[in-house]
Amino acid sequence: MKQKNNNVLPVMMAPRNRQTDPFRLKAWHGVVLASIVVLASIPAFAAEEPTRASMFEVLVRWMPLLLQGFVFNVVISISAMAVGTITGAALGLGQISLNGWVRKFAWITTQFFRNAPWLVLLFFAMFLLPFEIKIGSLIIPLPDWLKAIFGLSLPVMANVSEIVRGGVISLPSGQWEAAESLAFSRTQVLWRIILPQCVKRMLPPWMNLYSILTMATVLASIVGVSEMMTLTGQALAAEGGRTDLLIPFYSFVLLMFFIYCYPIARWTIRLEKKFAVIN
Amino acid sequence: MAWSEDQPMVSIKDLHKSFGALEVLKGISMDVMKGEVVCIIGPSGSGKSTLIRCVNALNDIQQGSILVEGQEVNDHNLDKLELRKKVGMVFQQYNLFPHKTALENIMMAPLLVLKQDKAEVEKLARQLIKKVRLEGKEESYPGELSGGQQQRVAIARSLAMNPDVMLFDEVTAALDPETVNEVLLAIKELAQDGMTCMLVTHEMAFAREIADHIYFTDRGVIVEHGPPDTFFDDAKDPRTVEFLGQIL
Amino acid sequence: MEAFYEWARVLYDSTGINLPFIYDSYDRGRMIDGFFTTVKLSVICLFFSVIIGIIGAWLQNSPLKWTRRIVNGYIQLFRNTPPLVQLYFFYFAIGTLLPKVTNDYGGQEPILGGFTWAVISLSFFAGAYNVEIFRSGIEAVPDSTIEAAEALGFTRLHIYKDITLPLAFRVVLPALNNNLVNLVKTTTLAYAIAVPEMLYEANQIWSDNVNVTEMMIFMLLTYFVLVGILVWGMNRWERALKIPGFGA
Repeated sequence: MKQKNNNVLPVMMAPRNRQTDPFRLKAWHGVVLASIVVLASIPAFAAEEPTRASMFEVLVRWMPLLLQGFVFNVVISISAMAVGTITGAALGLGQISLNGWVRKFAWITTQFFRNAPWLVLLFFAMFLLPFEIKIGSLIIPLPDWLKAIFGLSLPVMANVSEIVRGGVISLPSGQWEAAESLAFSRTQVLWRIILPQCVKRMLPPWMNLYSILTMATVLASIVGVSEMMTLTGQALAAEGGRTDLLIPFYSFVLLMFFIYCYPIARWTIRLEKKFAVIN
Repeated sequence: MAWSEDQPMVSIKDLHKSFGALEVLKGISMDVMKGEVVCIIGPSGSGKSTLIRCVNALNDIQQGSILVEGQEVNDHNLDKLELRKKVGMVFQQYNLFPHKTALENIMMAPLLVLKQDKAEVEKLARQLIKKVRLEGKEESYPGELSGGQQQRVAIARSLAMNPDVMLFDEVTAALDPETVNEVLLAIKELAQDGMTCMLVTHEMAFAREIADHIYFTDRGVIVEHGPPDTFFDDAKDPRTVEFLGQIL
Repeated sequence: MEAFYEWARVLYDSTGINLPFIYDSYDRGRMIDGFFTTVKLSVICLFFSVIIGIIGAWLQNSPLKWTRRIVNGYIQLFRNTPPLVQLYFFYFAIGTLLPKVTNDYGGQEPILGGFTWAVISLSFFAGAYNVEIFRSGIEAVPDSTIEAAEALGFTRLHIYKDITLPLAFRVVLPALNNNLVNLVKTTTLAYAIAVPEMLYEANQIWSDNVNVTEMMIFMLLTYFVLVGILVWGMNRWERALKIPGFGA
């Protein structure tokens, strides 16, 4: 039976990633965060012995090293994202291949790495990759951080693969039909017609994934890569395990990630809204 | 003052209603007697929907009075639930509960609000389904029904509360042309059974056929009103004439 | 079963593939304990994160500006910082501020153990996502459907319980399930504070038996199957709750 469009109930709208009361990062939020750190440390501060350096002096002293660590986190995240995006895009195209075997292989690979926890994949790369690769007489060393990049790029690959597949199948089939009826080859249709339209749709989830990856780079501390979390632990140990330093140091790590990831999250939401209007 | 059946069932006096700075109703008065069918017509944005939404307190009122069976609606202490047991309403977009079957949609309010016995409610609901000619659709979900069918379920859903007055808010405006008639037929049968009805509608021929009284509203006031024959054939006010000229 | 254990031993003797969690009763016990710790941690965190989500979504509708801001601040803070650092912050930074208690052996131990801190930290982490999910679900229920229920005389409680929640729940189910799957994967972080969940126990076993490769592959397969079953179950649940003609 024929149904009018307005029979489609408004309740079937997908959950919107919209905020009724947008909470934007402004300069004073930094002040608020900083004061939370200060206030939270007061109990520990009160108990402190006068002879020792105040915890903020200690934090400031270690800050350059910690920031270097954070830069390393960012480097790991960008590298893993690059590797994961390239391999993931290939895998995602495999998932929409016309060849059934390629499709099955790409699908199972994607599911396998998507279902595995990031930490397990990181362990997997850390423990099972050799510390160096010999190709003939050429010896390529594989330091821990390189293995970490590889380990983190595995879940990124699987998620990018799903983003690509989702982006392509989200296009109305009319686009394929229209292009094919103009006698484009499948490759031409894919690269000239479909993918350019999908990139826009894939960008927000891809950025979201990058944000998740950046936050996952601290997992590398568990396997001993000298990124920010590892250095924080070392700094705390070097200060003799003072418990009053824990809150300011960990807060500083949280703050750095927040400053980096929050703008990405805001930007992602803005792009989502923008593309939602266009499409 | 006790209400008796010879007094108006719905009595509206000098009704004013604003949304913020925008005054939508600027002093509306009308009486609807028991068993009477009243049609309210007028251009879009003339406040007709707002008017009938005020009758069952979906919109609140700034000034004036609405008496439903002698009960003042413009009252902070109004028991809205009591009012809504007396006044049924059918909406333009049907607004069925999408997660309940047609039968469940009809049974829900008598069970939850009137706390009636389930077996009896089900019997009543099946009778109502039959009345709106939807036998066999009892177990269908709203999403599986056409607009016209959904709207008839919505009418049955309101009737299940055994209301004294029924309000119809442009109930055919969202329908496919071919399903409009089945809904109008259901309303017509209802009117013939003696139900007091207030309709906002664009179906002029239908209004002329079933209405006892027609009100023409424009920009928040009643421009002209009268029995259908007089109203359609002998309109006085130029605005009414112009409107009817565009429609007919 | 014994034959299976024996098979693993033979496998080790003949090929060197060492699966002590099958043939060794002690390692088997550790692995099973780890599995149940992971399940327990997931279920408890799921429960609290949903509670946080419901309360948070409710608070986000608060008329008080600062209540809304604090809830939004919580969401943004937990969504934009690494969950591992959150866990460290709770376990080390806040954990050391709390008083210590004397245990059965006369020693001092923290009042809250690693498992409890993992529950607190992961519940708040997943809860931050759930608040947004629930809010979007409640927003997706159209006002007109609520209005229809009002017009039928439903009380606020009935509207919330019988209309808003069932509809919102179906809208959010896919997102909620997705978050649950992520939560199960995130429980591996508890490894970092020595909560004896599956990954931690696997680590213990490979440290004792020097069989990293086998354990690593076993872990990957276990999580693949565990999460796969979960995803499959969730999809079935979504389909079971699907209303014909409702939703895409």
